[in-house]
Order: sequence, then structure tokens, then C-alpha cells
Amino acid sequence: MDVEILSRIQFAFTISFHYIYPPLSIGIGLIMVIMEGLYLKTGDKVYETMTRFWTKIFALTFGIGVATGIVMEFEFGTNWATYSRYVGDIFGSALAAEGIFAFALESGFLGVLLFGWNRVSSKVHFIATIGVFLGSMFSAVWIVVANSWQQTPAGYHIVGEGIEARAEITDFWAMVFNPSSVDRIMHVWIGAFLAGAFLVLSVHAYYLVKGRYVELSKKAFKIALAVATVFSLSQLATGHSSADGVAENQPAKLAAMEGHFDSLAVADLYLFGWVDKEKQEVTGLGIPGGLSFLVHFDFNEPIKGLNYFPEDERPGQVNAVFQFYHIMVAIGMLLIGLTMFASFQWWRGKLFDNKWLLWAFVFAVILPQIANQAGWFAAEMGRQPWVVYGLLRTSDALSKVVTANQVLFSLIMFSIIYSVLLALFLYLLNKKIKHGPYDEKLIDKRPQQKEMVDVLD
Amino acid sequence: MATFLGLDYPTWWFLLVGGVFSGYAILDGFDLGAGAWHLFLRKEQSRRIALNAVGPVWDGNEVWLVIGGGTLFAGFPHVYATLLSAMYIPFMLFLAFIIFRAISIEFRSKEKMLWWRTMWDVSYSVSSIMLAVLLGVVLGNVLQGAAIGADKEFAGDWVEFFNPYAFMVGFTTLALFMMHGAIYLIMKTEGRLYTKMTILFKSAMIAFIVLFGITSLYTLLYIPHLSDDFKSNAALFVIPLMAFLSIANIPRLASKGKYQAAFLFSSLTISFLLILVAIELYPVLIFSTIDPAYNITVYNAASSEKSLGIMLLMAMIGIPLVAGYTFFVYKTFYGKVTLDETSY
Ligand code: HDD
Ligand code: HEM
Ligand code: HEM
Repeated sequence: MDVEILSRIQFAFTISFHYIYPPLSIGIGLIMVIMEGLYLKTGDKVYETMTRFWTKIFALTFGIGVATGIVMEFEFGTNWATYSRYVGDIFGSALAAEGIFAFALESGFLGVLLFGWNRVSSKVHFIATIGVFLGSMFSAVWIVVANSWQQTPAGYHIVGEGIEARAEITDFWAMVFNPSSVDRIMHVWIGAFLAGAFLVLSVHAYYLVKGRYVELSKKAFKIALAVATVFSLSQLATGHSSADGVAENQPAKLAAMEGHFDSLAVADLYLFGWVDKEKQEVTGLGIPGGLSFLVHFDFNEPIKGLNYFPEDERPGQVNAVFQFYHIMVAIGMLLIGLTMFASFQWWRGKLFDNKWLLWAFVFAVILPQIANQAGWFAAEMGRQPWVVYGLLRTSDALSKVVTANQVLFSLIMFSIIYSVLLALFLYLLNKKIKHGPYDEKLIDKRPQQKEMVDVLD
Repeated sequence: MATFLGLDYPTWWFLLVGGVFSGYAILDGFDLGAGAWHLFLRKEQSRRIALNAVGPVWDGNEVWLVIGGGTLFAGFPHVYATLLSAMYIPFMLFLAFIIFRAISIEFRSKEKMLWWRTMWDVSYSVSSIMLAVLLGVVLGNVLQGAAIGADKEFAGDWVEFFNPYAFMVGFTTLALFMMHGAIYLIMKTEGRLYTKMTILFKSAMIAFIVLFGITSLYTLLYIPHLSDDFKSNAALFVIPLMAFLSIANIPRLASKGKYQAAFLFSSLTISFLLILVAIELYPVLIFSTIDPAYNITVYNAASSEKSLGIMLLMAMIGIPLVAGYTFFVYKTFYGKVTLDETSY
């Protein structure tokens, strides 16, 4: 295999693995802020207990998020050196802003959030929780700005020619608010809220079916259900708005998402299907003219299809882009259905009556995770063959001095390390859930230094 | 070229990137150093206390590395690209150790089995040691220079990065961090553990002074391009002089039991040494061993003036904020370690 393929696999693998954890940290962060806020407002100990419980799970997701995030920070330089030279002027500033404004806030307050319960007042602790949550929200902003600039470049000009060419910033705010960034930030934030809310729903639904910690779990479940319902609905709106943006700014990607080949024709909207790239047709169930309607509010308006674009400016993996996109949308609809139904039962006062609904929530935790991953794969593979849309090809973006063997080495290394990490994460998460929100105090006696004078070495 | 307070933007960015990496070396330096000592502590309680001494702060310290990477990328994309792609394998190992260190701290206390804790203790300590050495190896290679071609790409074989000089800088860095970390642990402990750390501190001190002497001598003799600036401008000798005075001050203060002041001076030592590095390098960032015309300098590697200006503004807003949170966290956890139900 050549360096390009290996580097792409490695990037996709490491970023996808990283992206399991940030959405959980951001989403759990939101729920913790609500829980701790309720505790401060009502003084009810049960909210404190649940905040402390979720803080521990947060520590776990956050820890792995940090460890895997640092890999991403340096991977641009190690594997995509030409890309780094090309976009450094622009991309670097977003990454630097992320470090200065977001990560510092996040990790600064993290110490207080995790270890400060007995050291600061509950108000100060609450401020620390909010600080960590806001920090994680900001980090999503900057990284998504950087990625959106790659999708829809703005506020730059190209200096130099051939291999010397690089993009330089001309207008900072136009770069930050490039055509896709606002839509995508909202969409990514909400995707993260859903990931966190569904983990909370899953754990407390599990306690409820098992009849453990019932009083606490009912309260926590309702908090998370409210969050999940609101944001499942909003995700449809932000997703639609993103799709509108794609239609305008990246028509080749839109065509791949719906498997629309004819160069200028009315386009259908598929519920599901299978794309045959050779025969240029989609087999599946669709609404004739549906895509035309969504984009132009007119069933008969033609839309640019893949054949409209030169052969070497279209995404290669049409079926994959199509499938990932449709999986995400299908899950979006499913989440709306599930949360609306549960909210309706809540309104009727029957939320906790049927076990199967609780069981559905136990397993639904996987859905937002899949949708988040599928969304990124659709967005990134749909951008191909460009790494910076319309400007720099992925195949030109590589590090010139790195060999296939070196990348193979690191790919194998990351595969091993990340498998171990995932196994440990699931094991410890399971253990924390089994252990439950109440601490058997002092089970593991914490000796203080003064008592240990004689035993120490 | 636009200037700010008399210095051009690339020079400001050189100072800024240098400042962030000094901050990183001072802050992560003590927790890497503390990690390197970990296996020297035998009892479970000692290890717990040492771990919790860095527990609330190590993550914030590591963020300085992330900011350093970001500012290097932003300010000097060519350096970021050339350095990281040339040293692919060393950096991949670095990342692996970063991951292991982070998860060892996180996972150690999650199970009570002896084998579990021992496993994470070893992983924590070994990765702390390796990170300190690798940081020094990178620094050593930057000082020495590399086979950089006209296209700013590395033209040599990466195995060259593992050379004696680089390792000497690596071991010196390790000794420096272990000394620095020992003083930090002394400030955080009491009783027998305190006494033990004061003894370990002395051996680190001696190891550092010996290694530092050898490395300096080697640099003067074999890497002439580094002392050029000093030969042409005698006033610069103030800096090495300050570094020596600051190093000498550490054992003096320690022998009087003034460990907080000693910590201040070991931090100052780290910054003086990095200022020394900065003077030796400036305006070059990576020396080309093929032809000095191919040197990567702050001018031919910098981002556009516009970008540097914007980010300078960002840094001026951001860095006081970062300093603020850092101060707040250290204030909250000031004093000797006490363990409670939230500790590792
Ligand atoms: C939607 C949000 C999001 C996305 C798309 C990414 N990240 Fe991430 N990242 C976070 C949200 C986040 C976070 C929530 O802020 C994390 C997770 C846990 C944490 O500690 O912070 C984090 C951690 C994290 C860290 C460790 C920070 C620390 O030491 O505290 C680094 C260096 C990166 N990320 C870098 C990246 C890069 C280079 C990415 C893109 C290629 C990336 N992240 C995608
Ligand atoms: C600003 C941040 C990001 C940058 C600069 C970036 C850049 C890249 C680059 C250079 C590649 C490899 C070349 C390619 O195949 O396109 C890539 C691929 C990919 N990225 Fe991103 N990416 C970013 C964020 C993300 C995030 C957060 C995800 C989330 C999971 C993601 C998902 C992917 C996937 C799945 C691929 C593989 C696609 C393929 O190989 O066809 N990206 N991206
Ligand atoms: C409800 C229907 C949904 C629609 C119509 C929709 C639409 C879209 C579109 C068009 C994109 C591509 C944007 C681009 O390439 O610039 C996208 C990306 C993405 N989607 Fe969705 N989405 C939906 C639901 C969801 C859900 C439920 C989640 C997660 C819980 C999710 C997570 C993501 C993520 C993480 C990305 C990649 C980041 C981005 O490009 O914004 N989506 N979505």
C-alpha cells in the first residue's frame, strides 16, 4: 500500500477514535451543569449525588479524549506536512486559538471539578463545572471552524505557484465565519449533546429496569430526556441547514450524498438505496424530485449531478458517501421518534411503566455515536478528492519525506494502543455503572500523611 | 515590515513560541520529573501521595504542549511541517508515551489488585522518563541541525536523529526534570517521604550538574555554529552566567531547607537554559547541515504578517487568561497533599 492510502487510513482511524470521546465529554458536561445547577437551586442532595457520579464518568471520557486528541494535534505535521505548509497561515491560527482559549479553560478548571469538591465552596465548584463545559464547547468551535474552512474556503488568497503555493489570510472574520462554519458548529454541538444525553439515559434506564437507585434514576432520566428531545428536533433543523449549504457550496458532495449522476436533471430523495457507480444508478426507495424540492422548493428544478463535474473532481466513493449520509439521517429520524414518544408517555405520567421503552433506551446509546461517525465520514469522503475544497488535492497534501513503512509502523502501533484503550474504557465504564452513584465511604481507607510517618519508605 | 515595540512580527513569534515552550518545560517538567521518580518510591501510600501531588495539575501543564504545537503551526508552519515529518518515528513514539502516561494516571487507582497498580506504576514511570529523554533528543537535534534541502524538506535518514549528542541532551533534560520534580515533591510531602525525597533530590542535583557540564563542553567543542553569537557579542555572556548562578543557588537554598525558593530557581534555570538555546539559534530555527543557505529561519518560515499580527493580538488576550486559571488551580491545591474520596 502506498503512503497516501496508509496516511488516510491512519488519519481516519485516529480521528474517528478520538471522536468517540469529545461528544461524550461535551454532552455529559451539559448534563452535569444542569444537575449541579439544580442542586444549587433546590439544595436536594440527590442532585449532588448524581452530579458526582457523572463527574466520575466524565473524567474517564475526558481523559481518553485528551490522550487521543494530542495525537491529532501533531498528526497534521507528521503525515500531512505539505498540507500544513499550505494552510498553516489559516489553519494554524484556529488551532492556536483552540489551545489558548479552549483547552486552557477546560483543563484549568478540570482539576477543580474533579478534586475540588472539598476545597472550594459549592458556588466556585459550579463555576468550575461551567468553565470545563464552556471550554469543551469552544474547542469544538475552533476545530470545526478549521475543518469548515477546508470544506468552504473563504477570507484568503493564494500566494506563490506550484509547490510553493500557500493560502494566506486576508480577512480573519471571513475565515472564521466561512459559509459552512456556523451550520456545522451547531450541528456538531447538538450531535455531542445527543451523545451525552443518550449515555445518561442508557445508564439510568438500566438502573430502572433493574430496580436500582430508582428515585435518583427517575430524576436523572427526566433531565436527560428533556435534553435529548429538544436537541433531536433541533438536529433536524441544523442538518437541513447544513444540507442547504452543501447544495450551494459543494454541489459534487450533495450529488454523491443522493447518488445523483445526471449532469443536470431533477433529483430524487432516497429513504434508502444502493448506488451502482458503474451503471450510474441507484436502486432503492425514493421520493421522485424530492431533492429538487428540498433545495429549490420545486419538484421540477434540475440539480447538478456528478457527471456535471470533471472526472477527477468528483468524490470516488459515491456509495459510501450515500450510505453514511443516509444512516445518519435515518438515525436522526429514529431519535426524534423515540424521544417524542417517551416525552408523550412522560406527559401522560406513564414514562416508567413499560419496560421495553426503558430497554430501548438502554441500547439507544449507540445510535448518536453511529450518527456522529457517519456524519463525519459523509462530510469528509464527500469532500474528496480535495483536502482543501477546490484548492489542494489530498494526494498532494502528504509529507514528502515519510515512507510507507513508517506509516505502517505507526498505524499498527495506534491499532494496538487504541484497542487496549477501548477495552479498558468499556471495562471501567461498566465497572463504574455496576458500582452505582453511591460511594461506600472509606471502603478503601485514605491514610493521611501524618498517620503514615512510620510506614513510609 | 510591520513592527511592534521595535521588533518585527516574526521575532515576536519566535519569543512567543519560545515562551510557551519554556512554560511547558517548567510546568510539565516537574510532573514528568515526579513521574520519573515514581518507581523509587516503594510503598503504596508514598506512590499515591506522589501521584496526587501532580493529580489536579498535570493535565493543565500538558496543555502548554498543545498550545506550543498550535503556536508553532500558526507562526512557523514550515518548521512544524519539516520537524514533525522528518522526525516521524521519534514523534510517534512520543505520542505513544503521552497516551500511556495519561491513562496510567487515570487508571491506576481504579482497581485494587497489586498487579494492576504495579503495571500502571511501571507504565507511568517509564513513559515519564522516555518523554523527558525524547524532548531532549528533539532539542539536541534542533541545536545540531539536520540535512535540510533547498525545498525545506529533510533529505537525510531519520535514524540520524538517534545520535550521541541528542542523547546527551536527552539525559541532561531528564536529570534536570528529575531535580525539578524532586523539589516539587518535597514541597508537597511530609514525614518520611519528605526525607526520602530530599535525599533523592541531592543525587539528581549531582547528576544534572555533571551531565550539564559534559553537554556544554561538547557543544562548545563540536558544534561551533552555536557559539558564534557569543563570540561576536560579549555582552551575551550574561545569560550563561545567570544560568550558572541560578543553578548554584539551588543546592544553597535546599541546604537551608528553603524549598520554595529552590523551586523558583530550578524554574529559572530552565528558562535561562532555554533563553541560551534561543540566543544560539536566532534567527535560525533549524540549521541545515547541507548548506547554510538552506537554513530555516524565522523569516523564511513565518506565516504572513497579517496572520502573525492577528495571532499576536489573540496571544495578548489569551495568555493572561491562561495565567489566571493556572494561578487559580495552583492556589486551590496549594500546600501538602491531602487525600480524600476524590483522589486517585
Ligand atoms: C466536536 C468537538 C471536537 C472535534 C471535532 C475534535 N475535538 Fe479534539 N477535543 C475536543 C473536541 C473536539 C474536546 C471535547 O475539547 C476534548 C475531548 C476531551 C478533552 O479533553 O477535550 C478534545 C481533546 C483534544 C486535545 C487534547 C487537549 C488537552 O490536552 O486538553 C487535542 C490536542 C485535540 N483534541 C485536538 C483535536 C484535533 C487536532 C482535531 C481534529 C482533527 C480534534 N481535536 C477534533
Ligand atoms: C479540523 C479538523 C480536521 C481536519 C484538518 C481534517 C483533515 C483530514 C485529512 C487531511 C484527511 C485525510 C485525507 C482525506 O482522506 O481526506 C481526512 C480524512 C478524514 N477525516 Fe477529517 N479532518 C478534520 C476533522 C475531522 C473530524 C473531527 C473527523 C471526525 C471523525 C474527521 C473524519 C475524517 C474521516 C472519516 C476521514 C477519512 C475520509 C477518507 O479517507 O476518505 N475529520 N480529514
Ligand atoms: C436529522 C437529520 C439530519 C440531517 C438532515 C443531517 C444533515 C447533515 C449534513 C448535510 C451533513 C454534511 C455537512 C457538510 O458536509 O458540510 C451532516 C454532517 C454531520 N452530521 Fe448530520 N444530519 C442529521 C442528523 C444527525 C444526527 C442525529 C447526528 C448525531 C447525533 C449528526 C451528526 C453529524 C456530524 C457529526 C456531521 C459531520 C460534521 C459536519 O459536517 O457538520 N447528524 N449532517
